Amino acid sequence: MSGVELALQTAEAHASAAGQRRRWLRRYGLAAAGAVVILAWALAAGFAPWVTPYPPDEVNVAGRLAAPSAAHWLGTDELGRDVLTRVIFGARTSLAVGFVVVLVGGVFGTLLGAVAAYARGWAEEALMRATDLMFCFPPIILAMAIAAALGIGARNTVIAMLVVWWPKFARLARSLVISQRSQDYVAAARAVGFGPVHILLREIIPNAVGPLIVLVTLDLGNAILVFAGLSFLGLGVVPPTPEWGSMVSEGRELVSQWWVATFPGLAILTVVMGFNFVGDGLRDWLDPHARRR
Amino acid sequence: MPRYIVSRLLGAAVMVLLATLVIFLIANMVPGDPVLTQLGDIAANNPVMVAAYRHRWGLDLPLWDRYWIFLTGLLHGDLGVSISSQRPVLQDIAQYAPATVELSSVAFLLSLLVGLPLGILAAMRRDSWVDHLARSISLVGVSAPTFWLAFIMLAVFYGWLGWAPGPGQISADQFPPPTVTGFMLIDAPLAGQWDTFWDAVHHLVLPAIVLAAATLGLITRTTRAAMLEALSQDYIRVARAKGLLRRAIMLGHALPNAMLPVVTLGGLAYAQLLTGTVLTETIFSWPGLGRYTFQSAVTLDFPAIMGITTVVAVVYVIINLLVDISYALLDPRVMRR
Repeated sequence: MSGVELALQTAEAHASAAGQRRRWLRRYGLAAAGAVVILAWALAAGFAPWVTPYPPDEVNVAGRLAAPSAAHWLGTDELGRDVLTRVIFGARTSLAVGFVVVLVGGVFGTLLGAVAAYARGWAEEALMRATDLMFCFPPIILAMAIAAALGIGARNTVIAMLVVWWPKFARLARSLVISQRSQDYVAAARAVGFGPVHILLREIIPNAVGPLIVLVTLDLGNAILVFAGLSFLGLGVVPPTPEWGSMVSEGRELVSQWWVATFPGLAILTVVMGFNFVGDGLRDWLDPHARRR
Repeated sequence: MPRYIVSRLLGAAVMVLLATLVIFLIANMVPGDPVLTQLGDIAANNPVMVAAYRHRWGLDLPLWDRYWIFLTGLLHGDLGVSISSQRPVLQDIAQYAPATVELSSVAFLLSLLVGLPLGILAAMRRDSWVDHLARSISLVGVSAPTFWLAFIMLAVFYGWLGWAPGPGQISADQFPPPTVTGFMLIDAPLAGQWDTFWDAVHHLVLPAIVLAAATLGLITRTTRAAMLEALSQDYIRVARAKGLLRRAIMLGHALPNAMLPVVTLGGLAYAQLLTGTVLTETIFSWPGLGRYTFQSAVTLDFPAIMGITTVVAVVYVIINLLVDISYALLDPRVMRR
């Protein structure tokens, strides 16, 4: 960094409130935008029955495949169902699945990795080899096989995703606990007489939680993408349920009626981008080293 | 170095063996019953036919016997017989693999050719329009659902503009060349069918772009971050103080050091590609492994599923091994750890 740049930065640091706001916007503007998008989707999902103009399964064969208009803002699908209504109801499934998969998979993986790192010795070795083993398989292929075997339905797809979801959390948690386990505060807690469960859950994990939260946030988008992909293949929800991936699938042959497949896809894109923005922002905020970049 | 490679090879072999066990257990513990999906409704209600079918496919043997049969077959290069195609699984895989390798190699090259320079430029001109462009591309690339991107591309470039051909590996009016290597782009010129070759190239463009999108985003992002990290190091400041040319600093000092994380990404990127092929091939009617995997999964064709996952796990382990070894070659400190 040249002297001029440095001087400029110092000047900037002492700049007015307006300058500070500008810098905040530049650093966290995207994250804030992402949070707004997610919040909007969450509200739409929560209040879906009240904010949608039609019931999600209302079939109207006379008005099928109608282009976007004042009555149907995003048009209608092959059965004359309102696309906007179904996109909004679809947010319920996607968000719920994303949270369940990432939270359950994350908690399980984190506990496994943390226990492995804290136990050391053969237990650590065995648990981490098991984790490595799961990395031998492309997650979607394994999840696809399990989902197909369990039978179609959102619950079974979530179970299939959970089977392949925990290993990355186990790996991250282990490396975090390893970096913490020889710290003085752990020795102090042990000297005071706390047991391993207390030390792990109340002392170490709270100190290592930052990177885990970042991974959870970024992963929510990922989980929504994978679920939509499985759903697109017909391994997600049972038909009349409105779900984004299966809606794109229903409209994939309809090139002139582009609205049927385009809008549910845009919904996925915005939600996933939202989680990516928030995750990146959180990482910058938690890691001063990355913030400089 | 040889010792390091041998120990890694042994580890990889153990990993593959354990992987087959996991696949086998998962394939056998899930409650889905292949008999019901394979036999029609009438046959599935006839106990004699069901028992005969179970016996025919060895489904009546104890679990460990079946694993042992699977394992000894595997050592002889026998992955069993697919329930739905009635052919050896290995033969099926050999037939479908070239189309997938062709598609994913082109996509991988595409994402490297665009992603690396874009990431480097973005880091060199931070906060410029190139940087913003690179970040937008990588963000949309990793956030857009593959299957939706495929729909949009097909709708725009095939449906509306008519610039690209529709789904499939070659057009209906072209004859597939005689199979020599299985790769369309090699077999067609070998047979002198240049029309077919160009037709195949045209068909490859859209699915390759769709498949490359996510990988491209990942590579751009990692290259940019790694370059920025390298540029913040002290040796860059030293090089600059010495008065070295900017280009020499970037390409001679920063780039080689930034390549380590990018190499690791090679494995990850390949994983992404394999994940993407299932969706991309299904939409583009691409006669590859991704579509075959999907069809096997939906029909609960266990020998096929186990065969594919085994092959893919082996490929994964080999790629990880290559990444580790190239890592050790690029950074001698790795081996000392």
